[in-house]
Amino acid sequence: MSSSASVIFQERKDQILRKGQGDFDMNCNRESLAGAVSQRACVFCGSRVVLYPIADALHLVHGPIGCAAYTWDIRGALSSGPDLHRLSFSTDLQEKDIIFGGEEKLYRALTELIDRHHPKAAFVYSTCIVGIIGDDLEAVCRKVASEKGIPVLPVQSEGFKGNKREGYGAACKAMFRLMGSGDTSNISPLGINILGDFNLAGEIWIIRGYFDRMGLQTVANITGDGRVEDLQRAHGAALNVVQCSGATMELAKMMKESFDIPFMRVSYFGVEDMAESLYQIARFFEPKAPGIMERTRELVKGELSQLYPRLQEFRRELAGKKAAIYVGGAFKAFSLVKAFRLLGMRVVLVGSQTGTEEDYRELYEITDEGTIIVDDSNPLELSSFLKEKDVDVFVGGVKERPIAYKLGVGFCDHNHERKKPLEGFIGMLNFAREIHSSVMSPVWRFVPRRKAR
Amino acid sequence: MKRADYVSTTNACKLCKPLGACLAFRGIEGAVPMLHGSQGCATYMRRYIISHFREPMDIASSSLGEKHAVYGGGPNLKQGLKNLMTKFGAAMIGVATTCLTETIGDDVPMIIREFRKEMEEAGDGPGLPSLVSVSTPSYSGTHMEGFHAAVGAVVDQLCAGDLLCANSEGKFVNLLPGFLSPADLRHLKEIVADFGLGCVMLPDISETLDGPALEDYEKIPAGGTPISGIKRMGCAAATLEFGRTLEGGATAGMILHKRFGLPLHQSGIPIGLRETDAFFKALEQASGMKTPEKHQSEKGRLVDSYVDAHKYLFGKRAVIYGEEDLVIGLTAFLAEIGIKPVLCASGGRGGRFASCIEHVTAGLLETPPMVEEGADFQKIEELCQELAPDLLVGHSKGYRLSKKLGVPLIRVGFPIHDRFGGQRTLHAGYRGTQMLLDRIVNAVLEKAQEDSAIGYGYM
Repeated sequence: MSSSASVIFQERKDQILRKGQGDFDMNCNRESLAGAVSQRACVFCGSRVVLYPIADALHLVHGPIGCAAYTWDIRGALSSGPDLHRLSFSTDLQEKDIIFGGEEKLYRALTELIDRHHPKAAFVYSTCIVGIIGDDLEAVCRKVASEKGIPVLPVQSEGFKGNKREGYGAACKAMFRLMGSGDTSNISPLGINILGDFNLAGEIWIIRGYFDRMGLQTVANITGDGRVEDLQRAHGAALNVVQCSGATMELAKMMKESFDIPFMRVSYFGVEDMAESLYQIARFFEPKAPGIMERTRELVKGELSQLYPRLQEFRRELAGKKAAIYVGGAFKAFSLVKAFRLLGMRVVLVGSQTGTEEDYRELYEITDEGTIIVDDSNPLELSSFLKEKDVDVFVGGVKERPIAYKLGVGFCDHNHERKKPLEGFIGMLNFAREIHSSVMSPVWRFVPRRKAR
Repeated sequence: MKRADYVSTTNACKLCKPLGACLAFRGIEGAVPMLHGSQGCATYMRRYIISHFREPMDIASSSLGEKHAVYGGGPNLKQGLKNLMTKFGAAMIGVATTCLTETIGDDVPMIIREFRKEMEEAGDGPGLPSLVSVSTPSYSGTHMEGFHAAVGAVVDQLCAGDLLCANSEGKFVNLLPGFLSPADLRHLKEIVADFGLGCVMLPDISETLDGPALEDYEKIPAGGTPISGIKRMGCAAATLEFGRTLEGGATAGMILHKRFGLPLHQSGIPIGLRETDAFFKALEQASGMKTPEKHQSEKGRLVDSYVDAHKYLFGKRAVIYGEEDLVIGLTAFLAEIGIKPVLCASGGRGGRFASCIEHVTAGLLETPPMVEEGADFQKIEELCQELAPDLLVGHSKGYRLSKKLGVPLIRVGFPIHDRFGGQRTLHAGYRGTQMLLDRIVNAVLEKAQEDSAIGYGYM
């Protein structure tokens, strides 16, 4: 513990917790400390990642080039059809636009791009600078919408107005404006919207497959492999299932309030949470859909009977190994803790960029004694924790990868760049395989950390 | 040919200014790059840079929120500086501004002066790191302007004019390489050392962004230009500065020339025979020594391989894109080996791109290639439809275009996000040129072999 003490800022001490040392007491959900090299992003980033997978919409970033350049094709969110979302559009504001205002340029850029690509809708993202120079995004969008006859939606995502979570909210507000306008006449009473899945590596297709087998109709993917028309009629669904704690919960709440659509939290990661999510949904529809429970049981049983024997092989070698988790939203961390347990591994460190007190309380409940729980961490802390706990594999995103690798620790990318689906029952197998292939690699024998022993 | 002028930018062929400044600061020993702005900028740039180098890249941020945007970011900047001093033990902090702080009007040099004064009054003066600031509003110029501005700011703010030079220091040169790969920089240092010269290379990311496996995470990666060396730059025998578009500008080399009267050799990035010859000639002048045998042999082998390769390459049409100076260097080289550059494109708008391309291809091409400043991939793609290139040469963001066109992409420069070892790509010197040549010939051969049904065993 002495090694980590030197790298922890006084101001951050109450954002770090060790289970078993005193009561649960965690400070979180506050601004990042200047100079601490937070792993967090900004409001724009939050909006951009949530809306990004809507494949037939135009996504125009109103600002200087960086914001668009760094988010070009950033997520492996797949589409079964159009892929307009994979292009990076920017107004590329220049000094004279900052001085005289960027509205005219935005208007001309939007018009030009809509004429070129014929999107079903356009999202216009505000960036830091736009918030300062005060361009009236709403007015420009309204004008273009009426001229072009498609929805043109401003996203109030000025980077400095909070962290990623505020960006999720801005994205939800923009999407909500699309809802209520589409035709819902051919939606079955067993209609469901998938919220908070981004179809990384085709994951939403796996989940939709399960829902099909249960006899449900998926109305809108929000937002993985998303389509504007589906969003417009999403209010015709009977239930919203919400994954990813922060990203789309606000939308679910707005839809509950305006359209009286109930929602439930689900997770598609790990066997336990995947199965429980399906059962929970089946229980909801049971009164309307006799037989759904049996169908779901059959589905889970069939999947598990294939999965378990194969998991056991990995488990034999992975049992007792130590894992660390640092992810964006805490909700994913819950499922990962359970998934590692299924593999016989111990989670010794778990943290998130934007967890809430409620999230951390739950993590505190489900983790073992001695586990470090951390909010809004940074490379210095994470590296010292990895070392202190002698971690075998670290799960995180691109920014965490070099921390692990530099210290000679295995790593699993559980974020935008993954190419293999990690959701669903098959996802658990992929996850186990990936963890196994990192932990069991012979290369760790040659790194200084292990050699020193 | 139709050359549409678009208002919007699609798939930019440039990055923003602060990113370049952060890369330059990363090349100074003990330095931490810091962005004065909102948290997202630092995080995005870290991710972008990490995906190329596969190395830690910490960029601190003053993490401004809404109230700071209204009342000014000074207090946050000061707090950030203090935290970097205490937790990172930074020997230097390089502060780059962002579009946010430029527009709200934060006076960073003044805030830093205040900070210095406050620290001195509190008795913390002696432990104070070097503090360098650079103005990098992302709405003017590209990452390369940011890179060069940061190098200029370091020299301007750390090289005091009243320097006393001792003969005992030995003869050394300043080398301002621009943004090359760690492998390039290691090679350049080797070349200079072979001339018996000392060298202050600024910046030097050869170790900081391509370091070894470690037992402990380094708060600041080892390597980089020593600050003590930077402070002695005024005592050098000469300054060598790469980048043809920089000639005559207010660069770090020009600052050293004006402040200390140092001879300034500005030349292109040494890629290809002629640009590399110019670099070696400058070293011969500075050292008074002929090019060592080892390098003459490397040059000889390169010329030999030009001959071996010529038939495969003659008349092949290439599109080259990316940072202006890198494109100029590559174009100079490609023209030497009989490839026909048909388009040179960059997202930058430095204003000297076309004349430099014309200069480096003069005498080798009948007509200079088409040159596009301020280009994005929308435009490059449209032009490619008509130009029908046989290969693309540039960073990895051209991959989708190469896939669409069905032509090979020779990955060079930054970023290379879809291949392994971008940080170890060698472009510079006779040796770097040799490696580029081998890669290009093999790409052409591979394409011909794949396209043929026969399955030739000799190519």
